[in-house]
Amino acid sequence: MRILGIESSCDESAIALLEIKNNKVKILKNIISSQVNIHKKYGGIVPEIAARHHVENFFPILKEAKINFKKIDNIAVTYGPGLITSLMIGVELAKTLAYVYQKPLIPINHIEAHIYSNWLSHPELFNKKTFPALAVVISGGHTNIFLMKNYGQYQLIGQTVDDAVGEAYDKVAKILNLGYPGGPIISKRANNYKGEDDLNFPRPMMYAKDFNMSFSGLKTAVLYKARAEKNWNKKKIDKYCFAFQNAVVDVLTHKIIKAAQEYKVKNILLGGGVSANNELRVALKTKADKLGIKTHFPKLKHTGDNAAMIAMAGYFNKKRAKKNNFSLMADANLEL
Amino acid sequence: MIKYTTNSLNETLKLGEKLVKNFDTNIIGLIGELGSGKTAFVKGVGQYFGIKNITSPTFVVMKIYKIENNKKYNNLVHIDCYRFEDYESLIDIGIKNYLNDKKSLVLIEWADKIKDSLPKETKYIKLKLGKKENERIINT
Repeated sequence: MRILGIESSCDESAIALLEIKNNKVKILKNIISSQVNIHKKYGGIVPEIAARHHVENFFPILKEAKINFKKIDNIAVTYGPGLITSLMIGVELAKTLAYVYQKPLIPINHIEAHIYSNWLSHPELFNKKTFPALAVVISGGHTNIFLMKNYGQYQLIGQTVDDAVGEAYDKVAKILNLGYPGGPIISKRANNYKGEDDLNFPRPMMYAKDFNMSFSGLKTAVLYKARAEKNWNKKKIDKYCFAFQNAVVDVLTHKIIKAAQEYKVKNILLGGGVSANNELRVALKTKADKLGIKTHFPKLKHTGDNAAMIAMAGYFNKKRAKKNNFSLMADANLEL
Repeated sequence: MIKYTTNSLNETLKLGEKLVKNFDTNIIGLIGELGSGKTAFVKGVGQYFGIKNITSPTFVVMKIYKIENNKKYNNLVHIDCYRFEDYESLIDIGIKNYLNDKKSLVLIEWADKIKDSLPKETKYIKLKLGKKENERIINT
């Protein structure tokens, strides 16, 4: 089966073509046009600019992809959650292509697609024995822990009560004047640091009984310490990054492992931009290995927004494929 | 103008929950720097209406919550202008539908960025970081 994936929920315009045969995934095309450099100067994504660039970007990448539409079976497109103005561009493009080439259209939830990004590079997951699994989506907009009992079955068991973890990275980077996006730069600066973590940032809600998390208080703690600080130097900024990241990794691993134990899962699946974080991967794998629980992470290039994961999610949602689905609308607040 | 001082996240939540009863407009502009308690205040307002799952709207820009069993309002609309440069992009997102709908209680974070475009009846609440870590000064 060949599926074309289209993604535009935030600032990435992306198209991918997957071929899935006998549980083997071949990524035939995977093109991402990012606007991150454009949005850097604003310290974040500016919705109107994002939408305009999606319009400009999709035509060149469609041309570059040279898709033979006769040979594809379905078109999968993100219809939420995300920025409404960005989502609309991808949805309208997908509707038009589906109509012109008379292909069935599959609406995809972006959060679900981040979970399925693991199937792009872990063929062993194509198996009912994968479940129950814990699916964790951590990114600029999401911090969700799901119990996944089977394909398409999600129970939200924990989430952030305020800021998403990626958002906390971005805002702390802003406090420390490190630019946007915050994740990669904070992670890099944290790695540079050799020394003790004596800043003692809080681990909000870490020992609460549920699986919810909070990152706003951590952000504020960084703000207050930073405000009182005099004589900034490179090493001090590195230390702040190190201490902040330690707190984030502590909270996330603690909650994920606790949930994995409580629900007796066999696998932990991570997805989303923050799942690229190496410290988190190592900490989580080390703890899970000891308990005999397997951890899976997407390839680094599939952690951020991409269309290969949309097509992959399309494969598992092929029952929802519909021809001439003109009523499909983008939904900014779509839930899983 | 009344000045309030809160000394914890919980007190900021409680203040939002209390002040919502006195609002004589459906448009509230929140002004204050990063970490000053804007989202916390909105969470408090949400609590008053029994909405428990309010989270930061920074990423999706606008979040809409249904208000049940209230005579005055049907929706709580939580908007974040953190990433905005101008009002035009908010129109694209559909802000006008809610500003003009008296049954929608619209709370706008970083409202100073679009102050010139907001209606006259907008009530502004200013939040400031206090000297102590958990202290916030809130002017209404």
